Amino acid sequence: MAQVQLQGIVKAYGALQVVHAIDLDIADGEFVVLVGPSGCGKSTTLRMIAGLEDISGGMLRIGDRVVNDLPPRDRNISMVFQNYALYPHMTVRENLGFSLKIAKRAEAEIAKAVTEAAEILSLTPLLERKPGQLSGGQRQRVAMGRAIVRHPDVFLFDEPLSNLDAKLRTQMRVEIKKLHQRLGTTIVYVTHDQVEAMTLADRIVIMRDGRIEQIGTPLEVFETPVNTFVATFIGSPPMNLLEGRITDGTVELADGTRLPIPPGHGAAEGRAVTFGVRADNIMPVGHALPPTAHMADVEMEVQLSEPLGTETLLFAMLAGTEVQAKMLNPRPVRLGERLRFQISLDKCHLFDAETGAALRV
Amino acid sequence: MSRLKLPPWLVLLLPAIIILMAVVLVPLVLSFYSSFTAYQLTRPDSLTKWIGTFNYRKAAGDANFWWAFGRTVLLLTIALNLEMLLGLGLAVMVSKVTTGQRLLRTAMMFPMMFSPVLVGFQFKFIFNDNVGLVNNALQSLGLTDVAIPWLVDGHLAMFSIIFAEIWTSTSVFAILILAGLYAIPQDPVEAAKVDGCTPWQSFRFVTLPFLMPFIYIAMAIRSLDVARAYDIVQIMTNGGPARRTELLWTLIGRTAYVDARMGYANAMGYIAILLSIFFTIYFFRKLTAARSELGMGV
Repeated sequence: MAQVQLQGIVKAYGALQVVHAIDLDIADGEFVVLVGPSGCGKSTTLRMIAGLEDISGGMLRIGDRVVNDLPPRDRNISMVFQNYALYPHMTVRENLGFSLKIAKRAEAEIAKAVTEAAEILSLTPLLERKPGQLSGGQRQRVAMGRAIVRHPDVFLFDEPLSNLDAKLRTQMRVEIKKLHQRLGTTIVYVTHDQVEAMTLADRIVIMRDGRIEQIGTPLEVFETPVNTFVATFIGSPPMNLLEGRITDGTVELADGTRLPIPPGHGAAEGRAVTFGVRADNIMPVGHALPPTAHMADVEMEVQLSEPLGTETLLFAMLAGTEVQAKMLNPRPVRLGERLRFQISLDKCHLFDAETGAALRV
Repeated sequence: MSRLKLPPWLVLLLPAIIILMAVVLVPLVLSFYSSFTAYQLTRPDSLTKWIGTFNYRKAAGDANFWWAFGRTVLLLTIALNLEMLLGLGLAVMVSKVTTGQRLLRTAMMFPMMFSPVLVGFQFKFIFNDNVGLVNNALQSLGLTDVAIPWLVDGHLAMFSIIFAEIWTSTSVFAILILAGLYAIPQDPVEAAKVDGCTPWQSFRFVTLPFLMPFIYIAMAIRSLDVARAYDIVQIMTNGGPARRTELLWTLIGRTAYVDARMGYANAMGYIAILLSIFFTIYFFRKLTAARSELGMGV
């Protein structure tokens, strides 16, 4: 077990810099998820921690050691790869025991560790099979088993669930979470799926273009996103963003609709701003949650509805922008029907229109 | 008038059947038949002189034949293994090269572009005891002051032939193994690094098993090649000195076309073919096993 510390970590391929001096402290036993769109540098960062990519600059510590120049085998880490990366010519048992065999552990110890890992991941009946005879979910479990037999300081997961179907992904997500609770080992987990990030992480690190946008607990990044990128990346459906300008202490949208400034936010008169509201906080009157302290309401024309069972997602137009709203206890909605929506201002956000940064006071 | 009506499938297959009969079946049957006769090229009428299994019994008791057989197996074993090791080393090194790799790959194939007859002549010159390059170099460097009889001494002659053989054909292994190296998925190799393998261990336990099918394909191809080795030996030593480099096919060739004893040569040829068949089956078995080991199916 160990903490992991990234100080000004840089990755550059020649003149092209892809990770820009990121700082990150991961506590011992913490589950940290790096999340971001493709090409944001999250996998590269993970591979630098693993030692599979050279570190171009900065300092990386695992435990008390600076490991910048150590090969992967000396870092005491385990990694689970997106494509499982099992050894196809070895049985499940050999796959699981391989790292211990390389470390020249005693036969009995290897057998015990393998049995234990197989037990945890319900792989016992599959021990004599080859990877080619396993399903995707089983292969993924073998890959995880291979990681845990070594009792490493840190687990690294590189998009481990993206090759699985939706149902299996949910199942494996639970298994990974349980595994972490059981072993308590530090985990660094990379994904582009914000649901995975939200459900698994102690802390989420949101990355874009090789920079860290925000670090925080799942609730922090959900409730107080630092900018419009985080606001739209975390949460499903993405936060609605409405362009406007501060006029007479309100946010005036393009069509003249005025919305109050959300509590806790502020901006100078005349400034161009973006008003952010999640679908959960804009609901039709009569189909909404009980009102909070600060409310506002707007009228919108419904363009499309997506019934989801317990709720219906409504797509409506407001000041030339498509807005997604939720309808609780749904009733059928006609296309083009005009409805009054109430907005819980306490849960809304105000961002600078140019920089996208949150305008909290 | 009744016309012979052949079924359409036969008519359609007939051209292929006729060509195969003419090119394969007739020579095969004829040579097989002649191996049971005292057929001599200089006396065509001897083709009808049936002598039963005499030729086979004669070959079985012929020490020269079995020496040649053994020497061929020896050449095959040494050349194939060395070529494999050298080819593997070459391929691994070339695969690490980042700039100029295409050029290197092309250069690697140069030896394959020469006719074996020319290679034979070239090495005959290189190993010549008077004017050859090797002796010249050794003497200039002061390593020896006698002319080493590379092609005249029995052991050295065999060595020289193996050297020439390896020079021409190592690239067969190198190219095929290089193709294998390109085809290896990177994930397991990286997993091995994380699992604690040294570079040598990742090579030994992960890369090499992936390469084995490619190595066996190269082995199968080359074993057929070496089992019918003729040209390089014929040029460099002509089987000499005193039959010390005589291989199966130089012996058979001499028996057939110099001694004109075609019936006997054919009998030896049929025994010799067993060797090729054996190695082909052996390496294909190995190939299948290596592939199923990797879960690639059979």
